[in-house]
Amino acid sequence: MPLPSEKEEVWRYTPIDELRLDEFAPTATSAAAPVSASAQRFVVGVAADLPERGALLGVLDGRPLTVSVQDAQLSERGVRVGGLQVLGGEPDVLGRVLTGGDALVRLNDAFHPDVVVVDVPARTVVDGPIVIVHWCSAEPAEPAEPAEPAEPEEQGERGEPGGVAPASFPRTLVRIAQGASAEVVEIVAGPPGSARSLVVPVTELSVADGAHLSYVGLQVLGAGAWHLARLAAVAGRDATLRTFTVGLGGSYDRSRTDALADGAGSSTELRSAYLGTGDQIHDVRTLQDHAAPHTTSDLLCKGAVAGTSRSVYSGLIRVRRGAVRTEAFQTNHNLVLDAGAHADSVPNLDIQENDVRCSHASTVGPIDEDQRYYLESRGIPPSRAEQLIVLGFFDDIVERSPVPSAIGRLRQEVGLRLADTLGLDLEGAHG
Amino acid sequence: MSIFEVEGLHASAGARDVVKGVDLTVRSGEVHVVMGPNGSGKSTLAHALMGRPGTSVTAGSIRLDGVELTGTPSWKRARAGLFLALQQPIEVPGVLLEAALTEALAGRSGASQEGDGGQSIDDRLKQEAAAIGFDERFLRRPLNVDLSGGERKRNEVLQLGVLRPKFCVLDEIDSGLDVDAVRAVSGRIERATSEWGLGVIAVTHFHRLLRELRADKVHVLVDGRIVATGGPELAEELERTGYGAYEPGA
Ligand SMILES: Nc1ncnc2c1ncn2[C@@H]1O[C@H](COP(=O)(O)OP(=O)(O)O)[C@@H](O)[C@H]1O
Ligand SMILES: [Mg+2]
Repeated sequence: MPLPSEKEEVWRYTPIDELRLDEFAPTATSAAAPVSASAQRFVVGVAADLPERGALLGVLDGRPLTVSVQDAQLSERGVRVGGLQVLGGEPDVLGRVLTGGDALVRLNDAFHPDVVVVDVPARTVVDGPIVIVHWCSAEPAEPAEPAEPAEPEEQGERGEPGGVAPASFPRTLVRIAQGASAEVVEIVAGPPGSARSLVVPVTELSVADGAHLSYVGLQVLGAGAWHLARLAAVAGRDATLRTFTVGLGGSYDRSRTDALADGAGSSTELRSAYLGTGDQIHDVRTLQDHAAPHTTSDLLCKGAVAGTSRSVYSGLIRVRRGAVRTEAFQTNHNLVLDAGAHADSVPNLDIQENDVRCSHASTVGPIDEDQRYYLESRGIPPSRAEQLIVLGFFDDIVERSPVPSAIGRLRQEVGLRLADTLGLDLEGAHG
Repeated sequence: MSIFEVEGLHASAGARDVVKGVDLTVRSGEVHVVMGPNGSGKSTLAHALMGRPGTSVTAGSIRLDGVELTGTPSWKRARAGLFLALQQPIEVPGVLLEAALTEALAGRSGASQEGDGGQSIDDRLKQEAAAIGFDERFLRRPLNVDLSGGERKRNEVLQLGVLRPKFCVLDEIDSGLDVDAVRAVSGRIERATSEWGLGVIAVTHFHRLLRELRADKVHVLVDGRIVATGGPELAEELERTGYGAYEPGA
């Protein structure tokens, strides 16, 4: 199967033609591999920011290395978290949510070393979020930090500069059975800096009849990473699915989210945010796919581009025949912060049923002049007013995170990157 | 005692001359009401005083305590002690009221904070909210987001109360408010004139406001010019006769 090319509609506006697979090789991390100090620090940081979690999985290049369960009742209640083995040899667990994937999904099918599983049995309510931290290796860019002596570390970050760089293929399966409810936070991270890597994650979310899932995905890879992610979700009858995906890192960051309303009465809330700095490319694709009657989907996607970065948002609402009384909304707002930056917004509708309510709206533009004037008229200098407006632009969506306990970390990650690009003083920004 | 002087002011909006020679002198504690029909240039005058980009002063002078303000950016005018309550306050998603006021106060000189008794912003917000019947729930909202027209107007007066400027321009602060709300808001502004000597320029096309505000002076603005100035009795007269007598060609 050939790689996708820019000639295909779904890859338009992207640098996909520049992808050379022979420049990457799957990492051969073994379960016994020592974990780099930066990876350890990162996981410890996440743990500190999400103290009320149900469980935390540390995953290196797609292989779960550590599973720490905070909520002792999880296993008593039959909640299974860990590698594929936690499902006890159940056959054909993958590919039920994500059917008909493209070449990248095939690559992930072929190369994922394990599957990160979150499996919640029927009518079980999991309280704290289940947190998955993927650390994805990159070629070593800088010499190991002298501050961290002795350990034979940075093993996971192999490869030679200019040579073959690491590729990782994280695979995640979340299953929320009938009437159950859970929160999942999935973070994809890697060494900071511009070291090259290829990261191709595939996540399947299955939300059964009457079940609830709140999902946060955060991508904070280093600036040299190519991130080509696929998230697919299916919502059953009267199920609710809320997702929030945030793309901050990477050189080329593509995330495609498909949400299928498969059961009558299901409702989906999709949120995403991206911030482009330097010469990053963010490429966000969404599909709100309605296959059952009385289903709703509500999408809000907000992005900002600074420097010479680019973004493309492309969203499709599909209402299949029979999906009467569908309500589907799609909104995309883009802030263009510098003259060299560029954002595209491409909404699409494919409506095959009459009795439906669908709408889409999108904006692309600089900081609103009236907003800046309003703040200025209170005595706030224009540069500070702009910072407040951009922070507010993101805070507006971050504070509505479907997993409230992740708000602090999300805010911090967004804030850090804004601070770098806009010279922000973060004090007082969030009242 | 401070003095705010507008002399021979001409201002244009979108390449059109709208304000065509306005003179006003307001001292601390005074209340001036500028009345005029729709489209007479009231909002353009207000924005010219505050320095909105796009509203350009083509001639004349705006001075606060003798310091020339024309040509200086809005935020500096605000820091010098001028405040504008907008006819249509702007929504700023994600920017909390308290955060904006914290920023605004951080850059202010001590003079404009006289009499705040060293209270925290939070306390001042609550106190001002109570004074004008602004629901405390709204204090935690981003600026004007999901507020009704009337609530936004109250929000402007609330900010005025926290920022304690020397002079304020109120652009149709009464529109969108019910009778009780106009009374509460006017009462707050009226008290500010004695509390810290606030000087007021209230722009409106209704007379209701100026009764509550106890105006010292009333100016009639027609087609960008002040065509009459008098005491509160002028407003009563306008109430009976309308602006017809002042319209061009009348
Ligand atoms: N940006 C603009 N471009 C062109 N005309 C404008 C602009 N702003 C205001 N005007 C015009 O100037 C006149 C006065 O407007 P405004 O100051 O808003 O009046 P008022 O507040 O008294 O109702 C109106 O005729 C209005 O259409
Ligand atoms: Mg007006």
